[in-house]
Amino acid sequence: MIDHDVLIIGAGLAGLRAALSAKEAGADVAVVTKVHPVRSHSNAAQGGINAALTDRGDDWRDHAYDTIKGSDFLGDQDAIEVMCREAGDEVISMENMGAIFNRDENGKLGTRSFGGQREARTFFVADFTGQALLHVLYEQIVKAGAFVYEEWFVLSLIVRDGKCGGVVMMDIRTGKIEVVRAKAVILATGGLGRVFEPSTNALICTGDGMSLAYRAGAELMDMEMVQYHPTTLKGSGVLLSEAARGEGAYLLNSENERFMLKYAPEFKELASRDVVSRCEQTEIDEGRGVDGCVLLDLRHLGEKYISERLSQIRELAMDFANVDMVKEPVPVMPGMHYAMGGVKADIDGKTAIPGLYAAGEVACISVHGGNRLGANSLLDTLVFGRRSGIHAAEMIKSVQHLSIDDSAAQDDIDNINSLLSNEKNESFGQVRLDMGTGMKNHLGVYRDQNSMEKALELVKDVKERAKSIYVADKSKTFNTNLMFSIELGFMTECAEAIAASAIQRKESRGAHTRTDMPDRDDENWLKHILVTKKDDSHDISFLDVIITDWEPVIRQY
Amino acid sequence: MEVNFKVQRFDPESTDLVSHYQNYQVEMTESSTVLDGLIKIREEDDGTLSLRCSCRAAICGSCAMRINGEAGLACNTKIVDVIPSDGSPITIEPAGNLPVIKDLIVDFQPFWSKFKAVEPWLQPGEIEPEGEYLAPEEDMIHLAGVVSCILCGACVSDCTVLEVDDNFLGPAALAKAYRFSRDPRDESDNQRLAQLNQPGGVWDCTRCMKCVEVCPKGVDPMDRIMLLREKVMDAGHNNTSGARHANAFAKFLKNSGWLDELRLPVLSFGIFNIKAMIGLIPLGIRSQLAGKRPPIFHHKLSSAKEIKKIFEKVESKK
Repeated sequence: MIDHDVLIIGAGLAGLRAALSAKEAGADVAVVTKVHPVRSHSNAAQGGINAALTDRGDDWRDHAYDTIKGSDFLGDQDAIEVMCREAGDEVISMENMGAIFNRDENGKLGTRSFGGQREARTFFVADFTGQALLHVLYEQIVKAGAFVYEEWFVLSLIVRDGKCGGVVMMDIRTGKIEVVRAKAVILATGGLGRVFEPSTNALICTGDGMSLAYRAGAELMDMEMVQYHPTTLKGSGVLLSEAARGEGAYLLNSENERFMLKYAPEFKELASRDVVSRCEQTEIDEGRGVDGCVLLDLRHLGEKYISERLSQIRELAMDFANVDMVKEPVPVMPGMHYAMGGVKADIDGKTAIPGLYAAGEVACISVHGGNRLGANSLLDTLVFGRRSGIHAAEMIKSVQHLSIDDSAAQDDIDNINSLLSNEKNESFGQVRLDMGTGMKNHLGVYRDQNSMEKALELVKDVKERAKSIYVADKSKTFNTNLMFSIELGFMTECAEAIAASAIQRKESRGAHTRTDMPDRDDENWLKHILVTKKDDSHDISFLDVIITDWEPVIRQY
Repeated sequence: MEVNFKVQRFDPESTDLVSHYQNYQVEMTESSTVLDGLIKIREEDDGTLSLRCSCRAAICGSCAMRINGEAGLACNTKIVDVIPSDGSPITIEPAGNLPVIKDLIVDFQPFWSKFKAVEPWLQPGEIEPEGEYLAPEEDMIHLAGVVSCILCGACVSDCTVLEVDDNFLGPAALAKAYRFSRDPRDESDNQRLAQLNQPGGVWDCTRCMKCVEVCPKGVDPMDRIMLLREKVMDAGHNNTSGARHANAFAKFLKNSGWLDELRLPVLSFGIFNIKAMIGLIPLGIRSQLAGKRPPIFHHKLSSAKEIKKIFEKVESKK
């Protein structure tokens, strides 16, 4: 058994930021991550990070309102205020730590436009901002000497008398299972994209943290809010940054029409993501698509500009769709991208379980509500990662380790043995594919009662099938086969929470758009939906949205 | 289309501890990547096949491996681009120059140790700015070319120096060092450069270009190493065989228009470096026997004057 003050699960931006702040506050910190930190999915954030810097004439309140409107008024306004107020300091401190960022003519940080915002307030490093920031934080972690359990996989949270006191984890390299006690555990495990197929998310985004918390009794919130990104590449579903449209790209239909002009006359291609994705889907459904896609046209930006600011997505389009965006438009479609929902946490990352924190995509502090604005996710990870780390480092001063011993690992050991002894039956790949395509079909850009009922049936089925996955690899060393089977269990829990929440919401709001109930209903549904695990099923409850200064109004772009 | 893969397997829990090749046949499409193929094998055919992969979009750096003998990312390598025309299978092997743990998974610890050895973090001066540091956009765009390194290890895998010398920091770590030494905000320059001037540092690269060829992100590690050499010498670190070699090289070219291969090693190693001088004797004998000994009297080329002019012009621009 190993002891730490603060144990952080996940080494993306939220996890590393939490680790750094907890370390600076003097706590004994360790990070556990199933992939090396620089392999984390924060890498994939391309476009940038939002912040309203006052010395540039911007106001955090404007950023807050854009975020609230983007959330379709489901975001909690107190939390959004915190995020937007602290955004400037966060961006500057990343720059001071070493992030390069593109500059303006005076050598100060430059900005680009992003969707759903009235100001250009997105700071960026070409079109690999996430990777650039992740590497800087990793450099700082190396410098600070924070301990990282690289390639360890967390199997469960240990909860005693309603308090979280540590985790059970497995060394992927050796198969060794270890109980780690911690006075505070911070979940920073990212999203759940693999619950859907296709998804822009990495193969590691399997909703581990949401499921770990769900199984431990925490509440998941806003799970029905699943973001479909408007520009994912035809075929592979690879993400093409919103920065393309931020820099001026057009969306065209089969009639060569800039169709966003008719749907969003003011913001056009830069309306919020849920809106643009719906418009694309409508164009495609009404027969004005091109082979199930619409076209992203950047040709007018010119080769030099594209290669300086959008070099990565140019390469991606060439590598994955054989299209050079300098010369021809790129076929794109809406693709599952982000979970607005997650483990319910407050502005310091605290969850309903004492000792358990959550930050980043795994968490739902509800700063994104029904729809996240582009370039607000990096901000979310940094602000709430830092706040969680600071709060946890303070909290642990007044608590003792819970009395836990190595027997805490027994359930996980039994579960692994049971998986390993499954007869040749279901394969991980097939069950995940069935779940993913089903979830995408039933809980896509548009949904209705019928499709959501189907989703619930699907979830029941895959939950059952996931228990009898055949694990061909019986070895201890890097048994990825076993890991995937455990991850599949995590994913099916997330799928259940998503489907169960979605069917509750009897209106259309943000990313949750029902063709059978197309209107937003503020009278009855200015509410979060919370789901908790109960035996083999779940409980649903509701929570009012926190409104500070901004009353809901009709949302137009 | 039907695709044949020949994949190197290694099971550390086997009794013989020997790697072997296994053949797989999968049905793929024209647009499939090598990674799609390997995932298909893993999910549908053989769950025991182990590899690292994650983002599928050439940004996480997990899936560097050798494809037909050359390092690359499996996720951005299309099958149609690497399928041999003679009908033989696509050969997949783990990245080179790092110990294999299992199948296509290698131990990255040596990679990270070298990464950490160059102190890869910004080391600014004492004065903290009010807001951000001011920095020219051109500098940032230049640095973005190196910052875009995803630390996948393809360059390290195929580095021909690392193949024979474990001590070499290698292309990835040196590119990272360059990224900081070129950052206008970093003030650790002299100390950083002094360290890079040590054995295992910038002078151990043989300029074989392999890292430039295999880098999936266009980072051009070797070019960064060459720029570091310049920086090291500009900072006054001229007393290594590498620096002396570069200086002697330039001196001969400038004065005579071509290399004096007889004196070049003498100037590089230093005439009083008895050990190195003795070490050169067998080479001298071999070149004499092969009729390849450089002339004892080094004469100027007829075009030496023009070459000298070029040199002077370049030097005046510096």
